[in-house]
Amino acid sequence: MDFLRAASLDDALATKAQRPDIAPIAGGTDLMVAINFDHIRPSGLLDLTSVPELADWSESGGVIRIGAGVPYARIISELGEHLPGLAMASRTVASPQIRNRGTVGGNLATASPSGDAHPALLACAAEVELASVRGTRRLPVAEFFTGVKRSAAEPDELITAVHLARATGPQQFAKVGTRNAMVISVCAFSVALHPDRAEVGTGLGSAAPTPRRAVEAEEFLAGELTSRGMWTDPRPLPETVVTRFGELVAAAAAPIDDVRGTASYRRHALGVLARRTVGWTWDEYSTGRQTCA
Amino acid sequence: MSAHVNAPSRAPQDLSESITGGVGESPSRPDGNLKVRGDYAYSSDLWAEDMLWGATLRSPHPYARIAGIDVGQALAYPGVYAVLTHEDVPGDNRYGLKIVDQPVLAEDVVRFRGEAVALVAADHPETARRAVELIAVDYEVLDPVTDPKRAAHDGTLPKLHPESGRENNLVRYQPVVRGRQDVSADVVVSGTYTLGMQDQAFLGPESGLAIPAEDGGVELYLSTQDLHSDRKQTARALGLPPDKVRLTMSGVGGAFGGREDLSIQAHVCMLAMHTGKPVKMMYDREESFYGHVHRHPAEMYFEHGATREGKLVYLKARMYFDGGAYASKTPVVVGNATTLGTGPYEVPNVDIAGWGVYTNNPPCGAMRGLGAVQPAFAYEAQMDKLASALDMDPVELRQRNAVDQGSVLHTGQKLDYPAPVGELIERARNLPMPPERDPAAEPDIRDLPGGAANTTHGEDVARGVGYAAIIKNVSYAEGADDYSTARVSLQAVGGEAVAMVHTAAAEVGQGLVTVQQQIARTELGVERVNIHPNDTSVGDSGSSSASRQTYITGGAVKTACEAVRETLFERATARLGHAVPDLTIVDGKLVSDSHGVLADVVDILGDEVIECTREYHHRPTYPLDPETGQSELVHVQHAFSVHRAVVDVDTQLGLVKVVALDCVQDVGKSVNPDAIVGQIQGGAVQGMGLAVMEEIQVSDGLIRNPSFTDYLIPTILDTPPMKVDIIERGDPHAPYGVRGVGEPPTISAGPAVLAAIRAATGLDLTHAPAGPEHITGTAH
Amino acid sequence: MRLNLTVNGRPHQADEAWEGESLLHVLRERLGLPGSKNACEQGECGSCTVYLDDVPVCSCMVAAGQAQGRAVRTVEGLADGDRLDAVQQSFVDSGAVQCGFCTPGLLVQAHDLIERNPEPTDAEIRESLAGNLCRCTGYEKIMDAVRLAAQRKAVS
Ligand SMILES: Cc1cc2nc3c(=O)[nH]c(=O)nc-3n(C[C@H](O)[C@H](O)[C@H](O)COP(=O)(O)OP(=O)(O)OC[C@H]3O[C@@H](n4cnc5c(N)ncnc54)[C@H](O)[C@@H]3O)c2cc1C
Ligand code: FES
Ligand code: FES
Repeated sequence: MDFLRAASLDDALATKAQRPDIAPIAGGTDLMVAINFDHIRPSGLLDLTSVPELADWSESGGVIRIGAGVPYARIISELGEHLPGLAMASRTVASPQIRNRGTVGGNLATASPSGDAHPALLACAAEVELASVRGTRRLPVAEFFTGVKRSAAEPDELITAVHLARATGPQQFAKVGTRNAMVISVCAFSVALHPDRAEVGTGLGSAAPTPRRAVEAEEFLAGELTSRGMWTDPRPLPETVVTRFGELVAAAAAPIDDVRGTASYRRHALGVLARRTVGWTWDEYSTGRQTCA
Repeated sequence: MSAHVNAPSRAPQDLSESITGGVGESPSRPDGNLKVRGDYAYSSDLWAEDMLWGATLRSPHPYARIAGIDVGQALAYPGVYAVLTHEDVPGDNRYGLKIVDQPVLAEDVVRFRGEAVALVAADHPETARRAVELIAVDYEVLDPVTDPKRAAHDGTLPKLHPESGRENNLVRYQPVVRGRQDVSADVVVSGTYTLGMQDQAFLGPESGLAIPAEDGGVELYLSTQDLHSDRKQTARALGLPPDKVRLTMSGVGGAFGGREDLSIQAHVCMLAMHTGKPVKMMYDREESFYGHVHRHPAEMYFEHGATREGKLVYLKARMYFDGGAYASKTPVVVGNATTLGTGPYEVPNVDIAGWGVYTNNPPCGAMRGLGAVQPAFAYEAQMDKLASALDMDPVELRQRNAVDQGSVLHTGQKLDYPAPVGELIERARNLPMPPERDPAAEPDIRDLPGGAANTTHGEDVARGVGYAAIIKNVSYAEGADDYSTARVSLQAVGGEAVAMVHTAAAEVGQGLVTVQQQIARTELGVERVNIHPNDTSVGDSGSSSASRQTYITGGAVKTACEAVRETLFERATARLGHAVPDLTIVDGKLVSDSHGVLADVVDILGDEVIECTREYHHRPTYPLDPETGQSELVHVQHAFSVHRAVVDVDTQLGLVKVVALDCVQDVGKSVNPDAIVGQIQGGAVQGMGLAVMEEIQVSDGLIRNPSFTDYLIPTILDTPPMKVDIIERGDPHAPYGVRGVGEPPTISAGPAVLAAIRAATGLDLTHAPAGPEHITGTAH
Repeated sequence: MRLNLTVNGRPHQADEAWEGESLLHVLRERLGLPGSKNACEQGECGSCTVYLDDVPVCSCMVAAGQAQGRAVRTVEGLADGDRLDAVQQSFVDSGAVQCGFCTPGLLVQAHDLIERNPEPTDAEIRESLAGNLCRCTGYEKIMDAVRLAAQRKAVS
């Protein structure tokens, strides 16, 4: 094993092109666990923490680009207003120490069904920016996940950023774990209202082999809101709509029994989370007041 | 400190900070400064010039025959110094705490996933790991025995330890019967309760450094709960006389029962002796889950009968404890569970039976509250169930049946010391309640079930309150000769009288070093008391377990101090030329009521050192009758605690936030009140963990969650403020009247939390931990 | 691999480090600074918390090479000579130390909390220390210690 520190993105991409089996390392909070416990022995480590192109976020035309190396702690403290869903999700990741190091880029590259950024990114219709010496491309995050811990990134590619529209409506993220902090999700759910385009976004975590949207639930809710004229004239959300939304979210899940929970619990809990979070977003949308924090 | 010629760097230090405070005060720890500076030497910190790293190859199968082991490739790997198998065990390839049944390295069969098969010593941990991978073991996989009940009764299963001579896969069967067996009662409640396997989850990994000695022996620096027990077992495995195996305690990062059995001890010594070099061994967190015993999971049927007025009439109980592949402390678990199975309640007619068995599951042994934790979950659930059947206040029901001094337990033992259970319950009820949740106020999600994960803003959150009262035996029981040894010296150093206390009693974090200093200060009237590192150059102190050390080693230190004091007085008498009747030592001066200050201790001592070594034995206990479980005095002492838990439960998601976990405990005599509070709070959180989240999940003999990622223990966000109310009803048989403190809170906290969850949800919840699936009915 | 880094204000060099080693391993086994503890090496317990360029991190999750040229501050670097930092003194005075294995990491994390938030609420203390497991104390006296340290720092 050798250790290379990339000083620029070009430098990193050139290395990755020559040595597709080298392991990029950002916060190390996934990779070092695997190394410490002898689960992997990559041929080398490519340190991305000094690559300036990955280290910051920026905004242009209402779209925010978060460099793959921006740690959760900065997303929480700097992007809470612009991207509330992702910031809430970030706050539930691990501990402060891990959030000081761990990155959305790393979360995406690991592509675990339990990655907490994923539901929030899905609900916001984020795009993943991938780069290689061959060029740069952008992919809707829903197309990025291809299987359990598998993604659409090519061996010579690095994840360089995610792009998300600045929130135009309320967003929520909620995650169930068997303790009140520092826990990998048993299941997680994110919802975002996009009043600018009269759409609803959702994302489910630990609910299927890959993070996924509940497309029917999104369409159902957006349809109800539109047909009832509630985007422009917000009134309390009918109970039947909330219930149906919960059912559709639960139905979108294809969970398994594992050491963290049963499939039937996950399906049940996703329904509960969906009902609650949609209630909170709607309250906020209709009253302009955010609940809790 | 003891000067070993080739002591490793970061060997344990004398504790010599100047701190004051005698028995009953709360001086701070003598190792506190070292610990906050990062300078305290733990066993994983040990380092020696030119040392090698040891590693262990473990069985991937719960049950398999070993057809052959080929170490050739591993040995040939560059940087490897030794690869050892059972053939290289120099002495007897067997060890064990109570029953010598466990191979140091597996021979022809492995009996659990994680059993040690071979050892490697290499120049770097990574080299050792690669070499371990190169050892080729030819396993013939067998069907594992995994059902404890069948293991007890089904003669068709393979016998895992045919040499035991016991029926089927039994380790111990113990009935305890008293009173009439054909009774009926107005009201009967029953239930079957199960408990998952809990891990001690101490933070300091198993580790140690062995250095071969010139006399053919070995020096072992390590962390353990019992140096002499380790030495005996290790010497046997090494084929050495005990005095050639010298153990020194390094800093211990918690223990909780998980360091009673051997882990690295014999292995690291074998590697050091084989290579002639210092060898360090350290488990990582995953290996730690395989490398130490856990708390016995249990299945317990309990049936209580009572009068309409709420007086208990009878108890029938059947308990099964899965000991896993080797016996470890299974016999004691069965003994404790059956003798404590009534709880702190008077029951005239009792029929209890307990089975401890061998299976191919991970071995189980000591953990805080050994054998008393399991039945407490059952009998306290039953008390609430009975209260509900009688439509009676559960606190009232407990009080009506509480034992007191003079009560005769179902073993026939009469409590000849205070047993203020009724008072404890009363005080627990009277502790102030945490404030109600204000549904109108904007909640802070961190105070709600789910915490920062934002699962509820108050929706579906129900509050519940639960109580639990428990009983625990203190110290070794059933006729064991339980004693400890202390060596105390007194000398003048720089014009000041300085005492040194030397014992082998393990400081594992509980604060025994502080207590020893306090006792010496009180008994010797000097301020300066140093603590010698624990090692085997002084006599046996037994284990830091069973809540026993303040009692037993405290007793030994007190006795040795008294002997030192007597010697000093004799010298003073000789010096003064006449006897003075009522001598005491105050602030380093010899004082008598009649004559005032007579002399400085320093002057009496001159250049001489007074040193006395004394043993302290508690009064004898007696074995249980194998058929009836009767015994005049099976336990030397009982301890009692009561917890009241208040919880908020998200009834839809099954998530729990414990809001308060308050404890009332009788400690006999509070030697160090602040340290006792720390013990009670720490113990309580371990019990709480077992009630809501902690379970080693085992299926087909395999541990599914051997990591801190998936074996969850409470964080600071899971933990509530905890009030502690201590009362002191001295035990006339114990030094200063002390009563064991460490275990009771671990036992009472869990059942109280579970009771509170039941109260909040109206559910039965017969399994601990009660996970979200149990609370939401989605377990399958 | 050869590493140069600053630890507790002093330059250090480690030779022949294996590339797969963590910063924690380097500190403990190569630089003679075993104060940071190795309780899990999977980021879960916080016992290994150190400042890396003024940001508290789990040193078991930092690859050795990532610390090249960086400034690290460990528990051994919190005291000012013989004078303990207020956080350290408060842990001793509040009885927040039992076995002490969690203590080094907790001290660094609590030190950082009070630097950034001199008057933390209980909920803030708990959220901030949620990545530091302690198996001995039940955390109550750790809460006391952090509150006390914040008070002491406020007056000093
Ligand atoms: C104690 C603990 C708790 C955790 N809790 C959570 C949790 O609650 N929720 C959660 O979602 N995760 C959790 N994680 C996992 C982890 O923190 C996250 O997945 C994190 O986002 C990983 O980011 P990183 O920068 O540390 O990734 P690294 O470990 O540096 O890298 C992760 C993977 O991504 C690759 N990689 C990194 N950057 C790039 C890039 N730019 N392009 C291509 N490949 C790249 C690496 O080669 C590696 O395979 C936890 C981890 C730990 C140790
Ligand atoms: S050792 Fe680093 S977090 Fe546990
Ligand atoms: S004091 Fe032992 S782990 Fe915290």
